[in-house]
Amino acid sequence: MFTIKDVKASIDEKEILKGISLELKPGEVHAIMGPNGSGKSTLAKVIVGHPDVEDPEGEICIDDKNILDLEPDERANEGVFLAFQYPVDIPGVNNAEFLRMAYNAKQKYHGKEEIDPFDFNELVKDKLKVLKMKERFLERPVNHGFSGGEKKRNEILQLLVLDPKVVILDETDSGLDIDSLKQVSEAVNYFKSQDKIILLITHYQRLLNYIVPDYVHIMNDGKVSKTGDKSLALTLEEKGYEGIES
Amino acid sequence: MSLKEFEAIANKEYEYGFKTDIKTELIEKGLNEDVIRLISEKNKEPEFVLEFRLKAYRHWLKMEEPEWPLVDYPKIDYQDIHYYAAPEKKEKLKSMDDVDPELKRTFEKLGIPLQEQKKLANVAVDAIFDSVSVATTYKDKLLKHGVVFCPLSEAVEKYPDLVKKYMGSVVPHTDNFFAALNAAVFTEGSFVYVPKDTVCPMELSTYFRINAEDTGQFERTLIICEENASVSYLEGCTAPMFDKNQLHAAVVELVALDNADIKYSTVQNWYAGDPKTGKGGIYNFVTKRGKCLGKKSKISWTQIETGSAITWKYPSCILMGDDSIGEFYSVALTNHHQQADTGTKMIHIGKRTKSTIISKGISAGKSKNTYRGLVQINKSAKGSENFTQCDSMLIGPNCTANTFPYIDVRNASSTLGHEAATVKVSEEQILYCQQRGISLDDALTTIVNGFCSDVFKELPTEFAVEATQLLSLKLENTVG
Repeated sequence: MFTIKDVKASIDEKEILKGISLELKPGEVHAIMGPNGSGKSTLAKVIVGHPDVEDPEGEICIDDKNILDLEPDERANEGVFLAFQYPVDIPGVNNAEFLRMAYNAKQKYHGKEEIDPFDFNELVKDKLKVLKMKERFLERPVNHGFSGGEKKRNEILQLLVLDPKVVILDETDSGLDIDSLKQVSEAVNYFKSQDKIILLITHYQRLLNYIVPDYVHIMNDGKVSKTGDKSLALTLEEKGYEGIES
Repeated sequence: MSLKEFEAIANKEYEYGFKTDIKTELIEKGLNEDVIRLISEKNKEPEFVLEFRLKAYRHWLKMEEPEWPLVDYPKIDYQDIHYYAAPEKKEKLKSMDDVDPELKRTFEKLGIPLQEQKKLANVAVDAIFDSVSVATTYKDKLLKHGVVFCPLSEAVEKYPDLVKKYMGSVVPHTDNFFAALNAAVFTEGSFVYVPKDTVCPMELSTYFRINAEDTGQFERTLIICEENASVSYLEGCTAPMFDKNQLHAAVVELVALDNADIKYSTVQNWYAGDPKTGKGGIYNFVTKRGKCLGKKSKISWTQIETGSAITWKYPSCILMGDDSIGEFYSVALTNHHQQADTGTKMIHIGKRTKSTIISKGISAGKSKNTYRGLVQINKSAKGSENFTQCDSMLIGPNCTANTFPYIDVRNASSTLGHEAATVKVSEEQILYCQQRGISLDDALTTIVNGFCSDVFKELPTEFAVEATQLLSLKLENTVG
């Protein structure tokens, strides 16, 4: 269970989120849609603990644990994963080593043993197959010199390896061609089948053809203005945000 | 915790800051010809060495301390320094067992075992404590291969011809203020001679430890590689924490003959001064230079500079032999109040000579980090090549990075490439790592290590891990 309770947050002294509440159950896909500036990305930022967000209020809980006061790395290790809209590159850091470091950080956090490079290699290879990615990919520096599509697929690879409880996908469809979009969607759907909680932040209905949401929330001016099922996204596509609000 | 304010609050203690309590024999503070004669006497030197010293001293008196480096420090009183400090010993050492147990423990604490067959099994170590060499391991084994690895004082005695021929041939006593001072008062250092057609069978390493207060360390290292010979040499350094600054003015000379290959690596971790006040620490004013005398010879410098209050050094290559190669790989990390003005000089004289410079400067806290480099391709150096890459990384809002590349090309058949970049460790990069579960300190270390990876891969494997760890130690709590 992932609950967001009356969350308010500001960026640059401007209140962006004005009281958001959501409840997401295992195996559910929730889509957050909304016009530019409605606070969609800020919601992702407040969940992961982005330093831009000032004095957030409310509660964000995984099961019964409030994570809002935790450090970003602790939140991640509690099971929150954000697939970034713009993944940053880290030159000189080997992708496989980075992944293993992240994996081991989580193991350590939960008092489990760290994995050695050989066993880890096996684990990653399996995940690569799911994404139809080449092993060469692992030897490149993290996101450095990657195409837009490769960066997004790398996010999904990390997602599969780190196996979180809550997955937030921030505009993951942007910059993806149809083939990549399908692969990414397959991976996400696999996650849904594993009883994970999935929160999609998206501008367009396109991604929802591949990942079918259980709920669609429309955000407007820092609040959820409407909630419905997948048909809401279709109505939105047809009528636009203004049409849907009236 | 907010990352908005990148501010250096590192207060990790310097772990090598202890002082060994040992009876020390000192020459009175101050510098004059009598002191120099006394040093020479203590080392039982032949006449030519004393002459070398006195000539240098007389020249030094006429020289001015350089003011062009981008570093600030109060004027040094050269009469307020002990120029010789040695742990008292009774007799000349016969074997490792005779080494004072207190000294053995000191080096053990520093991670440098003086017993052979220990941790660094394939590394021969010359351990220098203040002005004298305490022990040199694997000397006999190396000698079986014809490789001489001993304190310079011993070389003066046993191999005077080699010393006479090469000492001062790369860095003459007239070279610069600190090199002249060193030539006048040098006490100890390492001597390496690798004969023709010999690959030195193990890594050689000198470990420098300053212990006595108010002393300067003025070691002089000379490495000679004959035709088709090769050697890899590593230098490490630490010092206790004192409130007063200490001067370290060393000279390193490398000579590579035809086809010879010298790799010289430094992991420098002198005491950098108090993190908060900047008080104390080592002034590291060092002249390092290699001469590629022979055809197809190669000299490669790799340095990891993390300590010292002030670093002033430019390990350089003079590429005289045709087709000779010079390389410089450097990571200079400054934190707190540290200052560094460091880089290299590549002087191309022979035909088709090649040089590569990769410099990574990292500044954190209130530190000042400057790259200064000269690439000079002379008229005679037809068809030569240089590639330079100097990158700076800034951590926090209060540090400074400067780059001064001087380029001087005097023929039309040579090519030169220069790349430079300044990057700032961004909140986004750190958040990205943290969002994957990696802690703040680990995130920063990872990003910095990535930035330095081109240089780390040049280090001998035994020391690459050490360098990575050292860097992470120095960066702990840098972002807060």
